[in-house]
Amino acid sequence: MFNYILRRLLIALPSILGISLVLFTVLALAPGDPFEDLANNPNVPPEVRMALRAQFGLDDPIWERYLRWLGAMVRGDWGFSFVSRINVDSLILQRLPVTIAVIGLSQVLALMVALPVGVLAAVKPYSWFDRIASTVAFIGFSLPTFFTGVLFILFFSIHLGWLPFVYRADLSETGWQWWWQQFRQSIMPITVLGLFQAASWMRYVRSAVLDVIRLDYVTTARSKGLAERVVINKHVVRNALIPVVTLVALQMPAVFGGAIVTEQIFRIPGIGSLLIDAILRNDTPVIMAVTFVFSCLVIFFNLVADVLYGWLDPRISYR
Amino acid sequence: MAGSTPASATADPTGGLGKPTAGVSPWAEAWRRFKRHRLAFWSLWILCLMVAAVLLGPTLYKVGIGDIDFQSRLAPPSAKHPFGTDDLGRDILARMLYGGRISLAVGLAAMLMAVSVGVIIGAIAGTARGWVDAALMWLTDLFLSLPQLPLLLLLIFLFREPLKAAFGLEIGIFILIVMVIGGFRWMPVARLVRAQFFSLREKEFVEAARALGASTPRQVIRHILPNSLGPVIVAATIDVAAAIIAESTLSFLGLGFPPDIPTWGRILYDGRDYMDMAMHWALFPGLAIFLTVLTINFVGDGLRDAFDPRRVL
Repeated sequence: MFNYILRRLLIALPSILGISLVLFTVLALAPGDPFEDLANNPNVPPEVRMALRAQFGLDDPIWERYLRWLGAMVRGDWGFSFVSRINVDSLILQRLPVTIAVIGLSQVLALMVALPVGVLAAVKPYSWFDRIASTVAFIGFSLPTFFTGVLFILFFSIHLGWLPFVYRADLSETGWQWWWQQFRQSIMPITVLGLFQAASWMRYVRSAVLDVIRLDYVTTARSKGLAERVVINKHVVRNALIPVVTLVALQMPAVFGGAIVTEQIFRIPGIGSLLIDAILRNDTPVIMAVTFVFSCLVIFFNLVADVLYGWLDPRISYR
Repeated sequence: MAGSTPASATADPTGGLGKPTAGVSPWAEAWRRFKRHRLAFWSLWILCLMVAAVLLGPTLYKVGIGDIDFQSRLAPPSAKHPFGTDDLGRDILARMLYGGRISLAVGLAAMLMAVSVGVIIGAIAGTARGWVDAALMWLTDLFLSLPQLPLLLLLIFLFREPLKAAFGLEIGIFILIVMVIGGFRWMPVARLVRAQFFSLREKEFVEAARALGASTPRQVIRHILPNSLGPVIVAATIDVAAAIIAESTLSFLGLGFPPDIPTWGRILYDGRDYMDMAMHWALFPGLAIFLTVLTINFVGDGLRDAFDPRRVL
């Protein structure tokens, strides 16, 4: 098991390197010069500007600059934010837990909705339940998260006045009150993100279960006299989940995209809104670091999917 | 669709044995199947209606998108302003009709970009095999695991100003958004095309062409590519919807088109802050995006059924 994970990690490493290469290329190709302001400043002679460029290594060959940047990233030296004047890594560490919590909980919610609904729809295909569930799922994943978010705020916060529509990181309550307020303010973002995911997962689960349920071994299990519940839960669902896990892993980038939007709508102080703020204020070190962190998260979740895959499908051995 | 092309039967004017179904081309057959999918069929009509409204609307509905009318700020829908007005008293219907052109154009152009890149890469990988295939598939997998929205935002942040300077405001941003969205959506198409190539190049009709001495480019262009287009068309349809959502998302985050170009996402973004006073402002553009995406997805679903040879309808 340990070796398997280690091997997967080693496979993930080139991907991270590839992504860092893409990121750096984008930055290097981008027009604009960090010392542009100095060029327009008559008080700064060109020699000083050139000396500064040489000091920061901007005239070095591009691969040398890439290696230096990569080395700094690996050592944890991520620079400091131009705007808030604190280190980028501590800024990100401050914001990351909220994002992880919102994404994680919404995925759990999506799973709890998609799995039973998808299985039930597939067990009785083309029944009324299946038709309604499939249509709702179709509508669900055609609704962009920014629109559902706006609709939720409109209905639950403005029309009914039940839930707050701005997420506050500094709740004044303590103890149970704190948890209650936290729950109240998290419920809308998690639902918006979770239901969007659930809609597309439900379709995957349904078609995967439909593929498996007609196989001979399921008939065998039934003819052995096993209860339908056992056949579905133990024999069908576990095998049907194998392709679903792959598709879910492929969806991870989209999930993070959805998280950025949701954080922006509900003003959640996570790394997604940090990215948007940084872009609006030209805070390059933060932009680079957050994009890199998002890439690492995507790869990390792909890794989790790989491990899950191995657990679901014993034919993939942990050699 | 592979292997079931009755092109010779239609080309032969004598009609061979005179079978009544001999004249049905694969496209007519696909259309017949498509019509069976009720939701897809109606979606296609709604979609056509929306496209027509967006194309003809601004010439028929003569209200300027920038006409400021402080008398009726944030007015709810009425006979004078069917979709209401925004905080400067500008007519939302007029702005949506104009913005819809841009939203749909972005969707179509980004789809064309994604599909052409995907088809080229998939075709090269499927034809060349060997290390070229391996390298291209590694690239595809790498792109699939990139966090798209953050990179989209990063690219727009870095390249917006220079492109604006080079091509002007509207065209520059249009090019940028289409390139970036298209550049991040070609991977599924590339994989599809490659898989199709792998199965098609072993089929008898390709073998026959090869035996007749057809060169590799001819085999690919005349025989393999046309037969692999069914799934690609389905993917392309879904891509239009995805590109429209991507553009609206960018505009909604305030990083797409500038405020004076009212795409649907942009109107929704502007209307968000006035939701308690004028909910129609955010509601109508949101509904427009939703309806477009929903109908396109249904059409894609119908096409999938129509092109799937395993389906007996």
